[in-house]
Amino acid sequence: MNKFAFLFLLCGAAALAQTNPGDPANGKRLFEGKNCYQCHGHVGQGGGAGARLAQTKLPQVAFIVFVRNPSSGSMPPFRAKVLSDQDLADIYAYIKTFPEPRPAKDIPLLNE
Amino acid sequence: MDKSDESKNPVNRRGFLAGAAAGVAGLAAKPPALMAQQAALKPEAAHAPAEVTSNQRPGADFMVDVFKSLGIEYIAANPGSSFRGLQESFINYGGNKSPEWLTCCHEESSVAMAHGYAKIEGKPMMIMAHGTVGLQHASMAVYNAYCDRVPVYIVLGNILDVNYRRGNAEWVHSVQDAAAMVRDYTKWDDAPVSLTHFAESAVRAYTIAMTPPTEPVVLVADGTLQEEPITEKNLRIPKLVMSAPPQGDSGAVAEAAKMLVAAENPVIVAGRVARTSQGMDLLVELAETLGARVLDQKMRMNFPTAHPLAGHPGAGLGNLSAYDVILGLEVQDFWSMTHKMTGLNKFGMESQPTTKPGAKVVTISAIELNHKSNYQDFYRYLEADLAITGDPESTLPELIEACKKLITPDRRSAIQERSAKIAEANRRDHERDREMAALAWDASPISTARLSAELWAQIKNEDWSLVSNDRFISSWPTRMWNFSKHYQYIGAQGGAGIGYQAPASVGAALANRKHGRLSVSIQCDGDLNYAPGVLWTASHHGIPMLSVMHNNRSYHEERMFLTMLAAKYDRDPGTSDIGTALNGPNIDYASIAKGYGQYAEGPISNPQELGPALKRALERVKKGEPALLDVVTQPR
Repeated sequence: MNKFAFLFLLCGAAALAQTNPGDPANGKRLFEGKNCYQCHGHVGQGGGAGARLAQTKLPQVAFIVFVRNPSSGSMPPFRAKVLSDQDLADIYAYIKTFPEPRPAKDIPLLNE
Repeated sequence: MDKSDESKNPVNRRGFLAGAAAGVAGLAAKPPALMAQQAALKPEAAHAPAEVTSNQRPGADFMVDVFKSLGIEYIAANPGSSFRGLQESFINYGGNKSPEWLTCCHEESSVAMAHGYAKIEGKPMMIMAHGTVGLQHASMAVYNAYCDRVPVYIVLGNILDVNYRRGNAEWVHSVQDAAAMVRDYTKWDDAPVSLTHFAESAVRAYTIAMTPPTEPVVLVADGTLQEEPITEKNLRIPKLVMSAPPQGDSGAVAEAAKMLVAAENPVIVAGRVARTSQGMDLLVELAETLGARVLDQKMRMNFPTAHPLAGHPGAGLGNLSAYDVILGLEVQDFWSMTHKMTGLNKFGMESQPTTKPGAKVVTISAIELNHKSNYQDFYRYLEADLAITGDPESTLPELIEACKKLITPDRRSAIQERSAKIAEANRRDHERDREMAALAWDASPISTARLSAELWAQIKNEDWSLVSNDRFISSWPTRMWNFSKHYQYIGAQGGAGIGYQAPASVGAALANRKHGRLSVSIQCDGDLNYAPGVLWTASHHGIPMLSVMHNNRSYHEERMFLTMLAAKYDRDPGTSDIGTALNGPNIDYASIAKGYGQYAEGPISNPQELGPALKRALERVKKGEPALLDVVTQPR
């Protein structure tokens, strides 16, 4: 993707982000139904096959841009025909509901 | 000719004429070849009753003597009539000891058990199978062992002589060239035609299997040789002479040492390096001598996971861009580690090196000595700067000494500084892993990090061995546990043939049994469904091990591929469960294991219940039983 197209997409997504906070309930349905969980885990923990999504620091705009143009080798681009901007806004809203994990230092088994 | 002459000669004139007339008539009806055959036929001898009993020793007894001389401990087999003679001799003549017969429910299980056993014990187990249908069942497991460079001693039953085939089964179970089916992925085979020949080939097969590159071998035990009485004189068993492993050329090793010592940032990539615990020690010595990080492909237990120079076992294996000299020791698919390709299924794939410009690549590998052409397990050709043919474990002592001689005080100082930096980076990696493990700690299905941590808590003070690989669970065990002994990890299938893990873990646990080790396996659900009967084999032979199911209810790797492809083509990624999901109904692995005679619990989805369940199951394992826990898990 060239720089102009990237900016166009970024602006479009930014506009959407300003007007639509996303529906986490629909986001959950899509996250599970469109199989995002397969690589990223049911609570977005990531793993050997996909990046961590829980507690993502990405703003919604950057999240949508990334899904459209992933830089990782194995993740394909999910275009609007498969997941609309509204769908991605909903998925983002769902990801943001993942609870804050306990700190590792508070889990005895991770400190042995 | 007078009448008296006629009476003496049965072919008299009238008879001759009558015969000639019949002959003419016959000539008109029968083709010449048949006539020629009839002329050659002798009158049938009186029908002699078949001899059905014998008090003479059968050839199979001698074969058993031969196998005993090789120190083979076990024979894994699903019974078959083409090797019934050997089976009877092993049990009644050989006393079913050294080797002991293991009852298997599938020939694929037999071979994969031998595969896992060899990885722990460092020597081959024997498997027996029909030369036809049995080997057909076994063939994928043979291929896995071949790709994984593991010795398996395969003995095939066959009846070559038609006179000894009694009926339908013995005809359809017979073959001209039994080993042909697996010749492309075995190292050597023979079909001996005498007991003398058998003894020589049996000993030779063992030596060939065990000489690096170690590989499966095949010996055909002809049914006639097995069951006919021994008539050969002066039978003897040749002395077993083990060949010294091939070592890299001294000049080339010296050149490699120069490159490594002069490097600013060398790295060692370890594939199938450590055949023994000594191999681990040598790799540690080389890494410490050079101050080089070790990236372990985890096909063997090559390098202690908690060592300060150990590379991160999960991510980073593919990133070699930081290094100026890259030493690959029996690396699998080295080309893919040093190059980047375009994404999945793009026609006209493009590739580019991922190594630093000017970086030097050095390889030490014995597999060049046994490449075959048909199956493509040799991977893409790597343009190395220095390629050394030889067994890495046997070549390391000379390489280490050559490096030590070249290290000046300046280089030593640089090496120490580099080692400290790598150790600090490792500490940060482990800290990051702990944070990652906490992310889904309380999730249900249970996270693979939680599963691994709970299991580690239960075994860490035992003499344990993980008899499975950890690739499908985000490598959590090798990220979290302290692997320091050669028998603590067995690696993966080799040929990526699924169905390997369950039987390989049973074979490895069998090898661990006599050493009193605690064997644990994290068992993938899809893999177990190929031939679950191996659970019964573990119960029947009292092989203690704990199988903890990684039950993500799918063939998950393929499910991810389908999702990725659908998205790539702008189609619905939500359909990838079709043909890949193992649900509807969910499979009850605890009931399956109980049916095969094991202690079992599950399904367990609540992470709070996992620790206590592990404790209960391990109590049974410590008493000498196999046990299984069905744990419903996150996908990876």
